[in-house]
Amino acid sequence: MMPAIILVVSLAALLQFFVSYCRSIIAASVKQPLSPEVQDVTGISRAASSQDFLRVVQLLQLCPARPQDRGEIRAIDAYFRLLSFLRSTLGRIVPALLSWTDVEQGQCAYFAAVTLERRIAFSRDLLAQQMST
Amino acid sequence: MVVCALARRSFRRYFTLNLYMLASFATSVGRYVVLARSGFTSDEYTYFYYYSDAVLTICLYFALMGLYSLVFEELGAATYVRVFSMLLLAGTALFSYGVIHQLENRMVTLYVFEMSQNLYFVGLVLTYVLWGAVLKMRETRARVIQFVLSLGVYFSLYAANYALSNIYPNLGHIWTYLPPLISTFLPIAWCYAFLRFNEDARLVPARLAVIPR
Repeated sequence: MMPAIILVVSLAALLQFFVSYCRSIIAASVKQPLSPEVQDVTGISRAASSQDFLRVVQLLQLCPARPQDRGEIRAIDAYFRLLSFLRSTLGRIVPALLSWTDVEQGQCAYFAAVTLERRIAFSRDLLAQQMST
Repeated sequence: MVVCALARRSFRRYFTLNLYMLASFATSVGRYVVLARSGFTSDEYTYFYYYSDAVLTICLYFALMGLYSLVFEELGAATYVRVFSMLLLAGTALFSYGVIHQLENRMVTLYVFEMSQNLYFVGLVLTYVLWGAVLKMRETRARVIQFVLSLGVYFSLYAANYALSNIYPNLGHIWTYLPPLISTFLPIAWCYAFLRFNEDARLVPARLAVIPR
């Protein structure tokens, strides 16, 4: 009985901490504006939608990875999948959850676009370094 | 992580977190030496593993108390936090002894295992309370928020793992290999916090809560 209670409490806490942790990662890049170039490539001008995420992640995979952002992309990818799971399961019972997950997934897509911007800048720096040597 | 803290000149400010990471590194080296000398199935390795795990859990507990001190430093309540944490640590140790004392087979390793398990759950509850305090007191330091949340994820994963290992003891091979995977999360998350955010970076904690405030 006691391990079952501990398990339920731990999983509930894990869900809360994980959601807040991912939101803290996203919050750091939400205020960062996208360059016109990245806006053109991603099709995101102001607010991103949930449908943009997978497309932007595919674009991210085409760019050379920065060692610094591998972990955060994995965490946000896991968060996006968790939101999709919540949407497809609890979303049918609690309709308010649909709009909340939609906003959250849009922010995940915006975060991915900001990461894409950083990767493009990183690739340019790499190219410039190679050209100069 | 200690290198990241030194590079960002934050070693002293987050001393307890760095102390835990140094202890973790020393423990890993020690475990490797004992493993190479005595082998995986030896009594020496088993004793060393569980004792060092208990010491590490206590160090992590101090790291958590360090975060409490940081959050409550403006209120000048650091002394109360220290006294409370010592009492709680002693209480958990006594409770674990009480559980093992009732068993006929009073193995010391079983006591150490039980204490580690209980400390992870107490750590989870304390981290949850600390996160509540962060939200209530509107703590905005991005690094502190990241440290608290990543510690919460870590304690939750460990507590869930221990609970599952008690519910399904026949799946021992899974519960043995999960902790090393889980333990990689904390150094990665703390390194990220040091490298990604500077000391002045701020976040609005109310926007991070699952239930909006």
